[in-house]
Order: sequence, then C-alpha cells, then structure tokens
Amino acid sequence: MEMTKKIRISDPTLRDGNHAVGHQLSAENIASYCKAADAAGVSIVEVGHGNGLGASSLQLGEAKTPDHVALTTARENLSNSKLGIHVIPGFATIDRDLKPALEMGVDVVRVASHCSEADICERHISFARSQGVEVWGCLMMSHMISPTMLLEQARKMESYGAEGVVFMDSSGHFTPEDVRERVSTLLNGLGIAVGFHAHNNLGMAIANSIAAAETGATLLDGCARGFGAGAGNAQLEVLIAVLERLKYSTGIDLYKILDAADLAEQNLMKEIPTIKSVSVVSGMAGVFSGFMKPVSRIANEFNIDPRDVFFELGRRKIVAGQEDIILEVAKELAQRARKGNE
Amino acid sequence: MNQVNKKLKIAIIGSGNIGTDLLIKVLRSSHLECGAFIGRNLSSSGMLKALSLGVPVSAEGIDYIINNPECCDLVFDATSAKSHFEHAPIFEKMGKRVIDMTPAKIGLMSVPSVNLADCLNEFNVNMVTCGGQASIPVAYAIGQTQSEVDYIEVVSSIASRSAGPATRQNLDEYIKTTEDGLMEFSGARRTKAILNLNPAEPCVDMQTTIFAKVANPDIPKLAAELSRLVDKVQSYVPGYEIILGPMVENGRIVVMVRVRGLGDYLPAYAGNLDIINCAAIAMAEEYASVAPHKKSKGH
Repeated sequence: MEMTKKIRISDPTLRDGNHAVGHQLSAENIASYCKAADAAGVSIVEVGHGNGLGASSLQLGEAKTPDHVALTTARENLSNSKLGIHVIPGFATIDRDLKPALEMGVDVVRVASHCSEADICERHISFARSQGVEVWGCLMMSHMISPTMLLEQARKMESYGAEGVVFMDSSGHFTPEDVRERVSTLLNGLGIAVGFHAHNNLGMAIANSIAAAETGATLLDGCARGFGAGAGNAQLEVLIAVLERLKYSTGIDLYKILDAADLAEQNLMKEIPTIKSVSVVSGMAGVFSGFMKPVSRIANEFNIDPRDVFFELGRRKIVAGQEDIILEVAKELAQRARKGNE
Repeated sequence: MNQVNKKLKIAIIGSGNIGTDLLIKVLRSSHLECGAFIGRNLSSSGMLKALSLGVPVSAEGIDYIINNPECCDLVFDATSAKSHFEHAPIFEKMGKRVIDMTPAKIGLMSVPSVNLADCLNEFNVNMVTCGGQASIPVAYAIGQTQSEVDYIEVVSSIASRSAGPATRQNLDEYIKTTEDGLMEFSGARRTKAILNLNPAEPCVDMQTTIFAKVANPDIPKLAAELSRLVDKVQSYVPGYEIILGPMVENGRIVVMVRVRGLGDYLPAYAGNLDIINCAAIAMAEEYASVAPHKKSKGH
C-alpha cells in the first residue's frame, strides 16, 4: 500500500497579501484571518509587511500596522499554527527588528535574499538559529539563476544553519519543468528540506506547486484566494483540494480552509487577485510581481505604457526591493517617447 | 620649499580593496605622500600592487607604525570596525591623525561637502558609509531648505561584485551608521537606510535614492541648495550626479543620485567604494593644506 505523502503548508496571506492592498492590512484583519487559518490546521501563518520585517518604507509602501502590533495580534490568535516572519537583510536588522520579533513569540523565521546573494543572510540565519526558533532560507527571484547556481546559494544557507530552503518564483515566470529541475537539483545537493513559493502571473502557480511536491518538495506556500503581489500566489484552498485529490496529506481541513478563504475575500481584499495584462508582462519579463502597483501608478503619472516599463525593468535585471528604479525607467521612457514625437 | 608645498605623509593600514584604491589616489595627490602601506600578508593582491608601485610596504600591521612613528602624520584605517577600536587609542597616544574608513564611528562623522571645516581640529574622523557619503549631501540640503523634516529614507543599489565579504557580513552596521549619519546631518525626526545588491552583468553603477517626508515641500529652494552641494561633491567625486529630481511623487520628495567611480583600483561601477575614498582623500588634502600636522602639547 502506498504511503501517504506529507506536505506542510506555509500561508503568507497576511504577508504577501499586504502587497495587494498597499500594506494596509489592519490588526482586525490579522486577528480574524489568523483564527480561521489556525482552525483549518495551517502549519505556518506568516504575518507582516509584504517585504517582511522592518520593510515599511517610502520605497515599498508604509505599513498601516506596525510589525510589533501585527505580530502580537497574530500571536494572540494562533494556538496550533506556528507564527512565521519573512526577513530580508538590507531591510531588517537583527537588533532593531529580529530580536524584538522573537521576543513577541515568533516560531518560524524565513530569511530571504535575492537568489544569488545568500551570503547576506549568514548573520540573520545563525542568530535566529541560536535563539532556538525554526529557520528557513528563502531564495527570491529564483528564475534569474540556473538550478546549479541556485543549489550553490542554498548550500550556503544550509551551512549558516537553515533547516530548509524555499525557492521563490517571485515573478511567476516558471513552468512546471523549470520547477522540477530545481527541486531535484536542490534535493540532490542538500541535506535539508526544500520548499516552493509560487506566483501566478502565467497561470501556473498550482501546476508549479504540484510539480514541486511530486519532485520531493515538502513545504508549499499558498495564500487564500491567491491574495498576494500582482497576479497573486498559489491559491491556497485550490492547492489543498488538488493535493487532497492526489492523496497528499496536509493536515488541513478542506471545509475550514474554504471558510478561511471566504473570510479572507470578505475581510481582507478590495479585489480578488486576477491575472491582469500587466501581470502577464511582469511574468514574461521576469520582474517581481510586487512591482505591479507602483509600475501602474508611475506609468500613469508619466503617461507611458506600463508594459514597456516592465520589459525595460526586466532588461535591466532589476531585483525585488529596487522599486525606486521604476521612477528612473519611467522618466527615461517618457523622454524617449518625447524625442520620438519631435 | 615653503610649507604649502610640503606633502603630508600618510600611512594606509588595511590592504584590501579600499586601502589599495586609496593608495592610488594618494600617489596621484599633490598634497599627500605614502610613507607606508600596511597589511598582514605580503602576497595579497593589494600588497603586490603597492610593491609594483614602489611604495614602502609592511605586513606587521599596527606594530609597524608603533615601531616607525616617523612613517606618517596621518593614518587611513581601512581595516575593520573591530580592529579600529584597538587601533584608535594607540594612534591617539602617538598623536597621529586618523581617517577611519570603518563603521567604528569613534570620531566625528565627516562628509567633506557638508562639514569639512568642522573636522579640521579633529584627530579622528569617521567617513560614515558609502551610502552615507552619497546621500548625506542631499539629506543635508533637505534639512537646510525644508521645514519640519519628519522622515528621510535612503535606498542604495550597488553591484553585487562591489560588495565584498565584509560588506555582506556588516549590512546591519551599514544600516545603523548610515541612519545615524542621515539624522545628524539632516535633523530629520526619523531616518531609514536600505541596501539592495544587484547582480546584473554588466555591473550596475551605484545609485542612491533619497525620499523625504516634509510639511510643505519647497522644490525650487531645494534645487538651488542641491546644485550648490552637488558642485562641491563633484569637486572630489567627478562621477557624482543627480539623475532624477528633486521632485514630489506620491507625496514624497524624491532625489536620485548616480555615482560613477574614477576606476582606479576598483572598477568605475563601484562608485559606492570610490565615493568614500574620494571623500577621505579630500579630507586628508584639507589637513595637508591648512591644518597643523601634529597635535599640540596639552591638547
């Protein structure tokens, strides 16, 4: 008889979803969704600004709810689920951000860098590990390097003390074959667990997540209704349903996760994420999905086509966190357009 | 020979990228001469470069200066914050001026376009950070021209290849020191520094974006003050330019700066490293031309 394969679910609805609402999730939003996710049996509930701890800024958008309020609220409303945070060195520092977060009872720390820069995570990973919490490394924008290079970076995270590595398709650029290749390369070369975080720019988030599970990934990220940056993430309740059909066990109650998704739609969202035309371009161009809102706003201000902005950002290999460059690119494209008209 | 033409004798301790690039700039300066280039390993690439340039070198670390006090009147300390904490009291006792390139921040923070004159009586000045050298002139201009500066935020993007192991290990110190510098020079109520590494090839030039929240943005006034400051920065970092703004976008003041380096020991895209070195050289040249070289008795 075939053994049931286990998949652990990490749910960043209250973190990645913040991108979709300009980081305006309130403490009430956090409390209500935490209760629902906890009741459904979600393993890890991630909370915070879209770019993680300490990332509230003019560059990325200021959070309505400060980190300490978000974390204490979540803590009060989670009893079975673990409380997770996303931490990007260069934004979050150990003293200012990570230490206080751990004091508020965070259970899981996911330290993230651009896919080729894992070594900036060394101190944050080893510090979190030394404090006895669960630590994962996250490699963002992972489509920008080859599977072998991704492994090299993941190995660094393993050497710093990460207990698992999540590779993130931050632009929603992958196809299932891309994902399978990376999962198997990582599993062959690492002694720790592998997880996958899907975005849905090209409509592949669920298929890619399943490809990851089938190749041996044991942790998958998913958000209620796909609530996330741009076109959104893997839609959690759909992912749970498909995993159930494929006989994976997630420990999640289907009805209750469907209820959580309904609640999220009602309480958290201004609109349900859909694959808008600019998101397709963002996925094609390999630009971080979270750029959708600022690109749309700035393109409108400069009277240029947001799709041109995305392709130019992609050509320049701009990484997540470099939102300021959108302005410069927009100015340049507007100048070019003016010259063309003269 | 009159006093004005007498070169100031300097030593460089720390033979990494920063130290070696400083050496090339010192050798080009008409105010400075290198009395010693000091590291720990004679076969490091910085040391080999110094040897090829005919500069006196030593692998003895700070002991060389202790045993050869006449080798310099001023030391550029390009080691690490940890080492500088050990070195600083020794230099002080020996009466050597120090330009601290590390984030140790023992002495007054120096941004030559803004506070050169204030530094002249100091015997230990700190060059803040690369992002600080690029952004503080702009933050200072905002502080001088805008009322009620609530918040200044600085986002720097640098080429991955220009960020060595020390930079990568010390992002938290970089952030803290840059934020402190921004606050001190702008008077903003709150400050924030963010650093992004971009691995694109060919390497991206260093860019820094300064955002500010102020009560009532006065862009013409800011533009005038900025143009005065940019001229001053360009006198020691020719590749420093404003590529966007000042403008108000989405309720924020935005100014974007690009720094192309001189391409001495470091490639031109590493404007982040070049600007801190150029600032240090500007500081040293000022000491050479106007300030007494030795600490007076009873100081």
